[in-house]
Amino acid sequence: MAKDDNTPFAIRRYDAETLREALRKMYLIRFFEEGAEDSYTRGLIHGTMHLSIGQEASAVASCLPLTDDDKITSTHRGHGHCIGKGAEVGRMFAEFFGKEEGYCHGRGGSMHIADVTKGNLGANGIVGGGIPIAVGAALTAKQLGTGAVTICFFGDGANNEGAFHEALNIAAVWKLPVVFVCENNKYGMSTSTERSTAVKDIAQRAAAYSMPGVTVDGNDFSAVAEAVQEAVDRARRGEGPSLVENLTYRWRGHSKSDRNRYRTKDEIDSWIARDPILRFREELAAHGVLDASGADAIEAAARREVEDGIAFAKGGTDPTIADVTKYVYAEARS
Amino acid sequence: MNAPTRNPEIQTRELSYAEAIREAMGMALARDERVILMGEDIGVYGGAFQVTGDLVERFGPDRVRDTPISELGGAGVAVGAALTGLRPIFEFQFSDFATLAMEQIVNQAAKMRYMLGGEASVPLVFRMPAGSGTGAAAQHSQSFEAWFGHVPGLKVLQPSTPEDAKGLLLAALEDPDPVVVFEHKLLYKLKGHVPDGWYTTPIGKAAVRREGRDLTIVASAIMVHRALAAAEKLAEEGIDVEVIDLRSVRPIDHETIIASVRKTGRLICVYEGVRTLGIGAEISAMIAESEAFDYLDAPILRLGGVEAPIPYNPELEKAAVPQAPDIEAAARKLARKEV
Ligand SMILES: Cc1ncc(C[n+]2csc(CCOP(=O)(O)OP(=O)(O)O)c2C)c(N)n1
Ligand SMILES: [Mg+2]
Repeated sequence: MAKDDNTPFAIRRYDAETLREALRKMYLIRFFEEGAEDSYTRGLIHGTMHLSIGQEASAVASCLPLTDDDKITSTHRGHGHCIGKGAEVGRMFAEFFGKEEGYCHGRGGSMHIADVTKGNLGANGIVGGGIPIAVGAALTAKQLGTGAVTICFFGDGANNEGAFHEALNIAAVWKLPVVFVCENNKYGMSTSTERSTAVKDIAQRAAAYSMPGVTVDGNDFSAVAEAVQEAVDRARRGEGPSLVENLTYRWRGHSKSDRNRYRTKDEIDSWIARDPILRFREELAAHGVLDASGADAIEAAARREVEDGIAFAKGGTDPTIADVTKYVYAEARS
Repeated sequence: MNAPTRNPEIQTRELSYAEAIREAMGMALARDERVILMGEDIGVYGGAFQVTGDLVERFGPDRVRDTPISELGGAGVAVGAALTGLRPIFEFQFSDFATLAMEQIVNQAAKMRYMLGGEASVPLVFRMPAGSGTGAAAQHSQSFEAWFGHVPGLKVLQPSTPEDAKGLLLAALEDPDPVVVFEHKLLYKLKGHVPDGWYTTPIGKAAVRREGRDLTIVASAIMVHRALAAAEKLAEEGIDVEVIDLRSVRPIDHETIIASVRKTGRLICVYEGVRTLGIGAEISAMIAESEAFDYLDAPILRLGGVEAPIPYNPELEKAAVPQAPDIEAAARKLARKEV
């Protein structure tokens, strides 16, 4: 099929292999989180978790322009970013299960899972905590001339933290290679953006820091990919930071304690009807990249990978109690 | 102050505490391109206390980087830079302003290695001009050593001499973990011998500044000098005081303090931070839990800041933190078993 101007950006820009891999990652996120939820219900996981089911396009399409040398900072709702940046679900489950085989050797849990070797500088338990850190990673890139770009994920709630404003200003005055990706899922816990945020679109905030800001349909894989790719290219050219706002929705509650008193079933259903994974599948089929049976095979393989991941994690090793203070400081060099 | 024994091969000269810190930073900038300085007005202005001075002329504004007045953002940028390969030295204009950046220091920098299971490192130095005595009142005069000392993952230093100001800063810079260095503002102009070249003062090691038999004073930063002045006075009365310079609040050098208290049987802790729940409480408890407890001949005393913000009026300001005569009086009482 001819890749004309009506062809979505992602189809035009990326090869079929890349697009199939993106679909695989979206399924991995979905099934990883369903598996985590199920494990929690069975009492295999303690603590809490913040699920991003429904937001998979934002995580995966945003990471698409990045290499392993590029960095991301993530949030409390970070499983998707982690998988988007190349982590394996087995070691992620192992972290969830508190095992030594986990990415953080069981010290971090859901809120800190990260594969640092893939350029993920960490999820974060503090709303807005990763935003200045992302700017610091971009400073390193500029100072040492590495060419790396950092993507900073954060939620709509985080845009009202002082850290957001300080960090965007610094990134702009120092023209750093960082892309701020706001995942606007309409709520910070129970508080809607209408009730929390003085501007209609969070992308408008970009104007205050003289950087480009765009708002896109965050459940449209190609729309996210296009906006973020453009921002990443701009950062790589040394033209400074950008803000991309992905409008999306979390299907599940904020965390395990959410009783869903602040939104209606109709609202939730209307977003489930806009499932980013199904939309991406349909797009791939419509443009002849991947037919239904090909997509089914990817889906089934992702399911198996998640099942294998859970089995791997269950068989993991518990940390030794005597090691409770290990990793507080670097081990003394002998 | 008693000059420590010195290797005659090593050249020293007189530098001020501020000059010694600047020399350390200049050497670090020259030696390692990953080192950058960040802070408010540290460039052409030279820093609020002229510590960075002319470094911007030698290394340029990219390496000696003025930040906006954004303590939280700036500190966070330093954390991210350290996490990804730079070696930032971040200057707070006053240590008081670190309260605006507690999030990044306490939640992020201090815990990053642990949260990520040892897979990441934050080699970052926070420089904090601290302490009272400058007439700057309640929001520009505080001593937060104990606050930061309460955070696993941080190391907390308090140099009292120009030699240590340089050696501890270089040690902090070489350290793979975040280090908070409290520089006492009243010490910036203090002159002393400073060795040439690159050397490090070990982190976590206290220094015995004066040996004595009758009583141990553990002090830090400016209090070391006040304790030494008190000790000279008491020597005239035949009271022989040992003065230990803590140098590192986290980790604390238990060994040196325990050995001293075993010898003298008496202990006074002197520090500028608010007296309760402070460094003195920690040292007292540590001694009470140690084998030195059996050697105590008198109660342990703590001299610290009063339970109030630092006042503006100069007489009140002096009264708010221990002065040499306070230390002298307390030590005399303790030595004479009047407590
Ligand atoms: C500094 C801080 N304040 C409050 C919280 C509690 N909290 C955790 S997530 C959250 C909502 C964040 O909303 P948003 O940034 O929109 O992200 P989302 O949860 O919607 O993905 C809140 C209030 C926190 N973790 N950190
Ligand atoms: Mg939200």
